[in-house]
Amino acid sequence: MYYQLLGLTLLFVFAAGLAVLMGRYMSRVFRGQPTALDVLTPVERCIYRAGGIDPYQSMTWQQYALSLLTINSIWLAYALLALRTQASIPFWNQGGIPSMDWSLAINTAISFLTSTNLQHYSGESGATYFTQMAVLTFLQFVSAATSLAVGVAVVRSLQAKTSSNVGNFYQDFVLSITRVFLPLSVLGAVWLLLRGVPMTFQPYTLIHTLEGVEQTVATGPVAAMIPIKHLGSNGGGFFGTNTAHPFENPDMVSYGINLINVLLLPIAFVVFVGYFLHRKKLAWLLFTIMTGCWLALTLPIIQQELTGNTAVSLLGVDQSMGNLEGKEMRFGTLGSAFWCGVNVVIPAGTLTSMHDSYTPLASLFMLLGMQVDAFYGGVGTGFLYMFLYLIIAIFIGSLMIGRTPELLGKKVGIPEIQVAALIMVIMPLLYLGATAIAVAIQQANPDIGWLSNPGFHGFTTILYEYVSSVAGNGSGFEGLADNTPFWNLTTSFVMFMGRFIPLIGPLAIAGSLYRKQYTPPSAGVLPTESVTFGILVTAVVLIIGALCTFPALALGPIAEYVSQAK
Amino acid sequence: MAKQLSSPNRTRPGLFQKELIGTAIRESFIKLNPAILVKNPVMFTVEVGTLIMVLVTVYIGVTGDTTQGSLAYNLSITFILLVTVLFANFAEAIAEARGKAQAESLRKTRQETPAKVIRPVGEYKLDEVQTISSAQLKKGDIFLCEAGDIIPSDGEIVEGLATIDESAITGESAPVIREAGGDKSSVTGGTKVLSDRIKVMVTTQPGESFLDKMIALVEGATRQKTPNEIALTILLAGFTLIFIIVCVALKPFADYANTPITIAALISLFVCLIPTTIGGLLSAIGIAGMDRALQANVIAKSGRAVETAGDVDTLLLDKTGTITIGNRKATNFYPAPGVSQTDMVRASALSSLADETPEGKSIVELARNGETDVTRNLSTTGATLIKFTAETRSSGIDVPLPGGESLRIRKGAMDSIRAIVQRAGNVFPSEIETKANEIAANGGTPLVVIENEAVKGVIELQDIIKPGISERFDRLRKMGVKTVMVTGDNPLTAKFIAGKAGVDDFIAEAKPEDKMNYIRREQTGGKLVAMMGDGTNDAPALAQADVGVAMNSGTQAAKEAGNMVDLDNDPTKLIEVVEIGKQLLITRGTLTTFSIANDVAKYFAIVPALFTLSIPALQALNIMGLHSPESAILSAVIFNAIIIPLLIPLALRGVEYKPIGASALLRRNLFIYGLGGIVAPFVGIKLIDLAVGLFI
Repeated sequence: MYYQLLGLTLLFVFAAGLAVLMGRYMSRVFRGQPTALDVLTPVERCIYRAGGIDPYQSMTWQQYALSLLTINSIWLAYALLALRTQASIPFWNQGGIPSMDWSLAINTAISFLTSTNLQHYSGESGATYFTQMAVLTFLQFVSAATSLAVGVAVVRSLQAKTSSNVGNFYQDFVLSITRVFLPLSVLGAVWLLLRGVPMTFQPYTLIHTLEGVEQTVATGPVAAMIPIKHLGSNGGGFFGTNTAHPFENPDMVSYGINLINVLLLPIAFVVFVGYFLHRKKLAWLLFTIMTGCWLALTLPIIQQELTGNTAVSLLGVDQSMGNLEGKEMRFGTLGSAFWCGVNVVIPAGTLTSMHDSYTPLASLFMLLGMQVDAFYGGVGTGFLYMFLYLIIAIFIGSLMIGRTPELLGKKVGIPEIQVAALIMVIMPLLYLGATAIAVAIQQANPDIGWLSNPGFHGFTTILYEYVSSVAGNGSGFEGLADNTPFWNLTTSFVMFMGRFIPLIGPLAIAGSLYRKQYTPPSAGVLPTESVTFGILVTAVVLIIGALCTFPALALGPIAEYVSQAK
Repeated sequence: MAKQLSSPNRTRPGLFQKELIGTAIRESFIKLNPAILVKNPVMFTVEVGTLIMVLVTVYIGVTGDTTQGSLAYNLSITFILLVTVLFANFAEAIAEARGKAQAESLRKTRQETPAKVIRPVGEYKLDEVQTISSAQLKKGDIFLCEAGDIIPSDGEIVEGLATIDESAITGESAPVIREAGGDKSSVTGGTKVLSDRIKVMVTTQPGESFLDKMIALVEGATRQKTPNEIALTILLAGFTLIFIIVCVALKPFADYANTPITIAALISLFVCLIPTTIGGLLSAIGIAGMDRALQANVIAKSGRAVETAGDVDTLLLDKTGTITIGNRKATNFYPAPGVSQTDMVRASALSSLADETPEGKSIVELARNGETDVTRNLSTTGATLIKFTAETRSSGIDVPLPGGESLRIRKGAMDSIRAIVQRAGNVFPSEIETKANEIAANGGTPLVVIENEAVKGVIELQDIIKPGISERFDRLRKMGVKTVMVTGDNPLTAKFIAGKAGVDDFIAEAKPEDKMNYIRREQTGGKLVAMMGDGTNDAPALAQADVGVAMNSGTQAAKEAGNMVDLDNDPTKLIEVVEIGKQLLITRGTLTTFSIANDVAKYFAIVPALFTLSIPALQALNIMGLHSPESAILSAVIFNAIIIPLLIPLALRGVEYKPIGASALLRRNLFIYGLGGIVAPFVGIKLIDLAVGLFI
């Protein structure tokens, strides 16, 4: 087990090392400095010309947001149409797959558009090769590029100069695709192909097993989807069992590649912030806070899972290998728990094990990780959440030393606080409000058949579904009959709000900050690169981002744990 | 800390004066009016919660239904919630009452006084003096004041010169001279003319003088929230909304878990979680900040100006009066070769005996303090005074000697004296020239003394840097404020004094536009600049500066241009103003942190209390070991209520600003108010619970 732990640690260090290179590269890309991939410039020019885009025309934050929303609504309409009619699309169709009904189509389209990838369908039986490729994988690319573009625009606005424009959305978006996601995905896909991940348009094969029964083996263009699923903090797998499926994740090597892909860009974004703004200390501070908090959440998950389930050990079942229920044997308790820890803080939310089967306290930490969504967080979006926490920490911290608040030389005033406070209110409103409605319905109709486990665990199941949706995580606790109009539509609503409000809000703040005069640092200003400030930020994140669900957590995971412990 | 500058007739009131408390308690109830309270979103929601609890209590009292808890329990919660709102109202009311008391004593200086208005009669320039009440004076009126009169209104002298006793305003008993024209033409209502006769033009409408504006600000009537305060209110409203959501959602959650929650418990949880501590003290902090400015005898035109002062990056200070004591003083006598020290001192003293300039006086004083007092036998009877003129650039005295001869003594700048000496055919010793240059290089001014066109020696005049001023600059540097000395001296002298006083930069041979340009340059770099000034030619710079403090003795133009007026005319006042501004922000920041950090303990008190009856295992969360669910909830709300009055003194006095550097200050305040805010309620709630447990 210690070797395994060492291996996982090395994997993380390796991913972080790659992320440093990647962050530096991204800084060059978005500064317009020469990189090795400049051979793609003609391709990009073609895209701009085809779209009638002037990439050098800088936009105000409102124009930036409007372009983003416009193109996102076009993708949404396209995805809805394709999912509704997938059965009748003649090509890339393995056959036998029905079109999605309205509520499932809406849920699927929105969940991929928002990088959530909640997946209330199962890939093998719910999607054709066409929709997997041209709709779902496509959305995984463009949604990830959308978040990266906004992240870049916000970071750009924190520069030590003044401008009323935050950049050009289309340019940021296209560069995210051509310079970041596509090259990495191609590399990843080829490597996964070599590990045996299928990439085929052949229909499913029927095999006769040794037991003498017939079994359909689902296959398809899998390798194209897997890298972007991880790189873009998407998490939607080709198959229902997600990354636990041997065709998505054949062995420990692919486990390593996939895990690195999950970690790479969220960490690289922090490095990017450091290089782009010439504020390496700030990047170090963010990296330390994020890594520290991630470990503080992941280590207890691992510890809980290794300890095993007391209820099971009371039945006389050996728990020396940890809580193996719902785990994939190839990855074991440690490998699964580590994967889980990474995928709740980074909203890829891919699964190699059944989160429903985790111990109650482990689910507590999963919920906290998703809820804060800023301990790395998603590509771009994780930084956006952290940016909001930074604004609030700066505000309180500056007052505490007798200064009018300023972030990186720009005064933080009424508009910035207004937007940050608004988002801080809307996030809990979405997941607590939706959970309240759902549990009230469940309570009024105990026979509605939503939950496979009632009681505290059932409460956790419902809370998890909504927190995961709002955070854009998309992992499911499972144990919830979620493909019903109620679940499809309510989660669609919270996913949509939980995605676009925290994208547009920080953009508005950035637009306002960028317009302000830059003040060079002086001795009296709150030092944003000190350990003390790091502690303040962490405290703000924990008290504002995490503590507000304490009563809910007490009724879910904590109540389940203390009742079990009795 | 800054020295207290209270005037003899306006002593600083204690924090809680008896008569003020009475008024404040009355005001606390008046402020329960929802229309007033709605401006404070945090406390308004507490009031709404109290109203709901009143309804619940009445319902229980009427029906006897105890599913929502016993009558006594609900009554207690209702009472404590009401007290919470009253405490918050009291905090604001006591701050206002103190402000009013302060303003009242200021107002005493503006009692109704008779004013002798000059009205033109007919077409002839025959003026007639008419006595009316000061309240009837209008802007533009001209009134007459003679020795013994109280000046009825603020104004500008248009004719004449007078000595005026300003002690009613400044507390300074020495009379000052004010005269028409120039920079000392302004007079303040309530001060007394001691001698002579002046004609004054009224410059403000009744009720619109700076003092009237400040009184309104301190009383809270027209106090506008500053941007920082509005942003903080928004943030606190955000927290309040989050906890409304948390508490409303908790109801269905608890129903699902078959854990009935009483309305009292839910409202208690809500009131404990929202930031009532800072919400209740916020406006008191703001008013107290203005009050502190007034105590320092500074009239701020807005609360924003005081806050901005806390942010100032660059401070422009005049050399004379701020960094150095008024005038140059003689510090040394250097005799020429072949002249005895006594001879030299005698000549110098004689030259200055009748010299009324401060420099001259200081020469005599220095001579008197020597080993032997050479001035004792000196006499200037029958002597002729030679005044300083721009042409001769020297002054002196001609003393008749018994033999009909006379002794001609002159002192002056080296080049003009050398001309006199050489014209008489005498040698100007090179030693004196070297000495004089040496003195100049050390920031001093050399005065060469001659007797009958022969050089006797050189007197060294030095600027005397105020004692303790370099410590003050050190303190400012630690605050992150850059100090700039403005002087008319040549760059060499300026550099020397700047170095000695410890300022960071200087503007030498300064003309008014140099100040202006310096301010502009700093501002383009994103710096906030503060300056002090009194003259009309300072007005543009005062207006351009982010914080412009005009001296009360200054011209009306200067006072209009600045955003603060210093009643004491004390040039070092800026430093105090900066500290008051910082204190104001710090008090808000630290109490916000304290308030939010309190939530951790309150969660651990109330959440287990909510659920333990139905889910006994959750007793594990009751880490404080509180007596019972009811006592836990009661203790939490009691703690939440009494922390407000406990912190009122801190809110009114302000959290002390320590110039130890931003990082250390953050560490210190985060430790005291952040960590303290987490720990204090654990202790407090436990103690209250021990007491409450005795009754339940």
